[in-house]
Amino acid sequence: MDFRFDIIEDYFPLLMRGTLYTICISLASIVIGSILGLGVGLGKMSRFWFLRWPMQSYINFFRGTPLLVQIFIVHFALVPLFYGKTNAIAAGVIALSLNAAAYTAEIYRAGIQSIDKGQTEAALSIGMTPWQAMRFVVLPQAIKRMIPAFGNEFIVLLKDSSLLTFITVPEIMYWSNAMKNQYIRVWEPFLTAALIYFILTYTLNKLLVWLERKVQA
Amino acid sequence: MMAANAIIQVANLSKAFGENEVLRDITVDVAPREVLVVIGPSGSGKSTFLRCLNLLEQPSGGEIVIDGKPLLAKGTDIVAMRAELGMVFQQFNLFPHLKVLDNITLGPVRIRKWPVAKAREKAMELLRKVGLEDKAEVYPASLSGGQAQRVAIARALAMEPKIMLFDEPTSALDPEMVGEVLAVMKQLAKEGMTMVVVTHEMGFAREVGDRVLFMEQGRIVEQGPPEALFERPQQERTKAFLSKVL
Repeated sequence: MDFRFDIIEDYFPLLMRGTLYTICISLASIVIGSILGLGVGLGKMSRFWFLRWPMQSYINFFRGTPLLVQIFIVHFALVPLFYGKTNAIAAGVIALSLNAAAYTAEIYRAGIQSIDKGQTEAALSIGMTPWQAMRFVVLPQAIKRMIPAFGNEFIVLLKDSSLLTFITVPEIMYWSNAMKNQYIRVWEPFLTAALIYFILTYTLNKLLVWLERKVQA
Repeated sequence: MMAANAIIQVANLSKAFGENEVLRDITVDVAPREVLVVIGPSGSGKSTFLRCLNLLEQPSGGEIVIDGKPLLAKGTDIVAMRAELGMVFQQFNLFPHLKVLDNITLGPVRIRKWPVAKAREKAMELLRKVGLEDKAEVYPASLSGGQAQRVAIARALAMEPKIMLFDEPTSALDPEMVGEVLAVMKQLAKEGMTMVVVTHEMGFAREVGDRVLFMEQGRIVEQGPPEALFERPQQERTKAFLSKVL
């Protein structure tokens, strides 16, 4: 079997541009998703049913349906509903963010509930509001414990961003598919894509291990 | 029963967790500068009583008036009230992610809005008072139990509370560390701090308490000056309890 490095070389600039898209979209989605997720997670822990119930439904929906379906709903239905027309990159970031929010919400909940109740009580006893107790005492401790779970979620999200090829976001998978169609070759485009994703997740993983160690120290 | 000058006034306080009545009809006043020691068997409701005073537990009924302000009335700023009541916990509950000094300055800086320099100065002064000025820059994990509890006392004092609540402050300590914590509490009592102390330390109750209150099954069984309560208990249940712990 011959392996044509020349066509990889040919597509290299496009693949690199795709990689940049993958990184930026994943980064934006994990940031937005984590912020939304904190709200969803706190809502789910609320003592008020009218906050708890919708947030639980939100989590159930996004964890209980395929991400690809969610991407299509956002791209073809949700974004056009608000803007009249759709935009693949915006739709991609929105879909991944909404999905990540559901998963990070559970990470926040587990992390926050793992902090001893005495910490909140001590914070309240010196005169903090419940929100200040969360912000200055519980969250800083909980987030340390959440880092491994967040890392997993980030890695999953980065890999899942490949699904955005279906709505024509010009990321890694999009360009490898284009390569396949142009040269009618299958090994070169997809092995290259696999290698790029692997380098990204591997680096990310190393970064997270380093971060975890640094925070624990 | 409600003395006009009392800084804590509790009337008919009750607390139930579902069917389980933990406090029944508690009525007691505490005068300014008084040290009230609460004793009783475990499960008697004494910790719940203390936790009701700063609303870490929500009472089921009754009235609590702190420094003239009704705690359970609608519109009372509970958060602001809690800042006037320092609390020391059995398990210390220091903030493990903050250095000792930052544990102490967190409240003054974030709640009282003091400048950081002023808060740190005050914190160092308090650390000197509890004999731990050399521990300012370490994390709580490296402290012994007795040291941790003294830091916890300093943290509570940093808010300049009018009243200090102690919830079994020495129960989680190794015996050799009990003394150093009690010494700090004694000093505090001498300086005129109003204190409510839930404890099993009968020696402390006798020596430092102005009044001792014996609780059992959620009720106040008997109260009085320590020498009277310890030497001449009037109630059979008090006698039975004291015969076991003295």
